[in-house]
Amino acid sequence: MAEKNQFLSVRGITVEYTQGKNIVHAVNDVSFDLEKGKTLGLVGETGAGKTTIAKTILRILPVPPARFKGGEVWLDGKNLTALSEEEMRKVRGNQIAMIFQDPMTALNPLMTVGDQIVEVLQIHNPHMKMEEAVGRTKELLEMVGIVGERYKEYPHQFSGGMKQRVVIAMALACSPDLILADEPTTALDVTIQAQVLDLIKELQTKQNTSMILITHDLGVVAETCDTVAVVYAGEVVEYASKEDLFRHTKHPYTKGLFNSIPSLTGDETRLTPIPGLPPDPTHLPEGCRFAKRCPYATKGCFHMEVPMKEVAPGHYCRCLRETEEG
Amino acid sequence: MAEPIVEVKNLKKYFPCPGGAQNHAVDDVTFTINKGQTLGVVGESGCGKSTLGRTIIRLQEATDGVIKLNGEDITHVKGHKLKQVHEKMQIVFQDPYSSLNPRMTIDTAVTEPMKYAGHYTKKQLQEESIKLMDLVGIDERLRRSYPHELDGGRRQRVVIARALALNPEFIVCDEPVSALDVSIQAQVLNLLMDLQDQMKLSYMFVTHDLSVVRLISDHIVVMYLGQMVEKSPTKELFVRSLHPYTKALLSAIPSTDLDHPMKRIQLKGEISSPINPKPGCRFAARCPYATERCQEPQQLRELSKDHFVACCRAEEMND
Repeated sequence: MAEKNQFLSVRGITVEYTQGKNIVHAVNDVSFDLEKGKTLGLVGETGAGKTTIAKTILRILPVPPARFKGGEVWLDGKNLTALSEEEMRKVRGNQIAMIFQDPMTALNPLMTVGDQIVEVLQIHNPHMKMEEAVGRTKELLEMVGIVGERYKEYPHQFSGGMKQRVVIAMALACSPDLILADEPTTALDVTIQAQVLDLIKELQTKQNTSMILITHDLGVVAETCDTVAVVYAGEVVEYASKEDLFRHTKHPYTKGLFNSIPSLTGDETRLTPIPGLPPDPTHLPEGCRFAKRCPYATKGCFHMEVPMKEVAPGHYCRCLRETEEG
Repeated sequence: MAEPIVEVKNLKKYFPCPGGAQNHAVDDVTFTINKGQTLGVVGESGCGKSTLGRTIIRLQEATDGVIKLNGEDITHVKGHKLKQVHEKMQIVFQDPYSSLNPRMTIDTAVTEPMKYAGHYTKKQLQEESIKLMDLVGIDERLRRSYPHELDGGRRQRVVIARALALNPEFIVCDEPVSALDVSIQAQVLNLLMDLQDQMKLSYMFVTHDLSVVRLISDHIVVMYLGQMVEKSPTKELFVRSLHPYTKALLSAIPSTDLDHPMKRIQLKGEISSPINPKPGCRFAARCPYATERCQEPQQLRELSKDHFVACCRAEEMND
């Protein structure tokens, strides 16, 4: 996976949380790459560590209880993990911006939406004049489909979809090179989700922005991503281009995910769920973390370390038995 | 011939708003659910689908209209009679995290409805609780656990067990799987379908997820701002939807099928306010096909067998 021309390279990041006497192994040796202007989907279930990965890239983990145990994040030739806090602050917002899941809590209820965007602009451009910042804010709002006159309104005066647009406008305020979108449409209705996804895609093409899209919805991945990393219990278990992942699914967990979604066209009358539950992150099992729920697991899966293997060009899978079943 | 269990006629539920305005949460809804069948109710947040469910099982007083259970009018029953109605109709709420009392063991929670009903001895309660837990697939050793010790999927199973405690005939499932991860969601959906077969239950399944509703329902009602815009057998709705809102809703679902991406019908704007709505079609403001005729009230019309639509332009658009 080590290519020099990648825009973003995440190499072996590992993060733990302390929880009383226990240690939660939230993210374990996660690596992936992202090209300029492309979108990577991080797919997985609740607690798989998707959001922690994004927060690690942006270095906004709550320390403690979180602890960064190792790994590197390279953005455009710069090692983010080696930057000082002051230097990192310049990266945040300017180069990397984050869109959070819940637009209702990502906005300050006591400030007008306009002022919140102006604040972002002024922090990152200390010499920007007020009129200029206000003008730019109105432009940004128009760009996401909100009339500039609503600049002086408060978040509660907007609907959920519109609040999410405000959050997107805020993320785009300083034209970042990389957007980390953490479930940006999960809290929205489907028709509004469709609008917001189209908007994100359109803005992305216009500004050639790269994006990491965190989601649990494989449909959203199919519509927006170029490459996909499937995360299970803090590890990437499968990593491939969208085409490969959807057409030549390799890992049993990814297969299980596909089987769990009711289809919109098929004739099935029952679903084939993945049995059991994800492992307790404070007591991770030895060997493959999915083995207990896996229909193909053999003895070896329960105690052997499972490495990431390139099973086809550009298609990586963390499974001992992958080569056998083909 | 299929026997109806729940019949709803011209049901209305209005909530008063400051200044004498009325929130038309549910406006003139009519349908029938047959024994052993599932009616799916879909729509976006705020369209009144949860209010509809709550009004039908009499957690709220209906403003107008008739609700019948097994042919008997239960719209205004009170006291002891209402208690009997509640034994036959139960509800599973969306969020298993907030619908269980955190200070009750799940064992107590499951037997609570039986204690309320009154005609069970302590020993019977014990036995019933073991039976119920077994039915929904909860390990016996977990019986004395508190809700916080369980994951979302198990919690939802407990909520389902509680709903089944009094052997109901009809259950309103209000987004029972929306808060769960897909792999767990599939487990719970399978459970609900199995229970339906075993116990001859009838469901009203409220959800915003069309792929879930397609799997589990026999008929589907599509709601928009408190009104029914389309009602159809499930299969037909996905092949031949008639209302422009249903079409847009179907086209907005992100599809995992790379070979047949949906052609999206882009809707402008957002759902408007249900407070004192104008008399015409409530979807007209967002509808790409709206004309002047849409300002008049829309009637639900049967265009083909069992397939109803409330759109004056349905014929011309679907030829």
